[in-house]
Amino acid sequence: MIAELDLRAARIARDFPILALPTSRGKRLAFLDSAASSQKPQTVIDALVHYYTHDNANIHRGVYELAERATEAFERAREKVARFVNAAEPAEIVWTRNTTEAINLVSFTWGLANLRAGDAILTSQLEHHSNLVPWQLLAAKTGAELRFIEVDAEGLHELDRLDEKLRGVKLVALSHVSNTLGTIAPLETIVPKAHAAGAVVLIDGAQSVPHFPIDVRALDVDFFAASGHKMCGPTGIGFLYGKRALLDAMPPFLTGGDMIREVGYEHTSFNEIPWKFEAGTSNIADAVALGAAVDYLESIGMSSIVAHERALTAYALDRLAAFEPRGLTIYGPKNRAQRSSVISFNFADIHAHDLASILDTEGVCVRAGHHCTMPLMEKMGWPATARASFYLYNTEQDVDQLIFALEKAADVFKIK
Amino acid sequence: MDDFYKEYILDHYRNPRNFGVLEAPTATAEDLNPLCGDRIRFDLMVEDGRVTDVRFSGKGCAISQASASMLSESLRGQKLEDIARLTKEAVLENVGIGISPARMKCATLGLKVLKTAALGEIASWPDEEKPEAGASA
Repeated sequence: MIAELDLRAARIARDFPILALPTSRGKRLAFLDSAASSQKPQTVIDALVHYYTHDNANIHRGVYELAERATEAFERAREKVARFVNAAEPAEIVWTRNTTEAINLVSFTWGLANLRAGDAILTSQLEHHSNLVPWQLLAAKTGAELRFIEVDAEGLHELDRLDEKLRGVKLVALSHVSNTLGTIAPLETIVPKAHAAGAVVLIDGAQSVPHFPIDVRALDVDFFAASGHKMCGPTGIGFLYGKRALLDAMPPFLTGGDMIREVGYEHTSFNEIPWKFEAGTSNIADAVALGAAVDYLESIGMSSIVAHERALTAYALDRLAAFEPRGLTIYGPKNRAQRSSVISFNFADIHAHDLASILDTEGVCVRAGHHCTMPLMEKMGWPATARASFYLYNTEQDVDQLIFALEKAADVFKIK
Repeated sequence: MDDFYKEYILDHYRNPRNFGVLEAPTATAEDLNPLCGDRIRFDLMVEDGRVTDVRFSGKGCAISQASASMLSESLRGQKLEDIARLTKEAVLENVGIGISPARMKCATLGLKVLKTAALGEIASWPDEEKPEAGASA
């Protein structure tokens, strides 16, 4: 079964032209940094070229055929994303640049309109800066209190005091999957309690939607933010899912063209959702190409992707564990069912940046540093970690190459 | 790669010279590389325009720590204007390895902090680059 999945991943890797290119040192590329940004399949690259070659015009304005085709492609991509995350309707999908912009949109619109002094925002200790800094600023602006669900040494959410922490909370903002530790948040426990406490729930899905089947209605979340570039799509396009009732009631975010219904010198009425939140000419080509990325992921099947990543992560954890007697430490949940395909680690006294540099000379791309989770790193007492993250195109050969490169690092740093 | 981490880099990393703080430095500066969290502090005793004692402290990668350690070795007796004349190129030559653009700030952080401690204003040395903003996930 595992061999079969791996063969399939090797076939999938051939859809990604960049993975066939050797490094400047002539090494095979082992790309283990998809949690930062995924590679793109040929179909997504082709979709960008096709759009600019055949369909390019501004949308929602022109009455000529080309503009209609561009508008059609743009709105078709929205439908694909809506279906992919099981939104009730495409109007609940707002295009943004990325997860960060989607979260900021909620903070600046829903947040400023709904939070007052005396209210509270609840997030967790393992959030990416993109799901922390906007709430710090919102709290400062409104006088609301910012609270944290604590995480234990494995990076698991501590829920025993959840009811108490939820008192007075208007917004719960959590990442679905931790980009640093791979922790999968126990949303099935937290979301119902948050709703019972009267809170709105925003999920940072940047690290979940590329890797797991997402059903925003089954999760019963109110907002869900994600980035296209981590799910085989281009950079510069992401989306915010929001329940219609919430989006309808929210004031606009950026203002200007396309988001209006009628403009006078003194007064303006706004467009309907989702366009109310899409001021100015949108990132049309990248939205269209994100639609192609969704097509690609669906053609592989999200359940196959889950099965493959689980098997590959288990293989990598087993092989990394063999280095533990020599000082390698693996961070994150010990229970493999509670983690995604992200593995943070440190090796003896080798700083993560030195480690990443040495791995790079062997063609292995890993992330090193604080992973935009500085408070978590501070809490855990780690100056930096190295992070390998896997996606549908990674194979056991990539893990073997990582292991080979780690031996090289041990050699350079004279670790026996 | 074999020329990547020379033995003396590891030696300075694991046994940094002049490591610690001065009780009453006449000049001190600290900075970090937000990209990777490397942190360096330089404490100086300066008398009549000459460095009489030096300590550095910090944490981070082998490149940043070894570079600062090596820098600290040659400072006693130096005039402030000698420090002003220290160049990035000289420091990189000291480190002795091919530094990729991504690691350049690690190698030169010690120099930046030392110059800030010795000369005060960062603006007084034009070859400094602004630190990059934090990277994405």
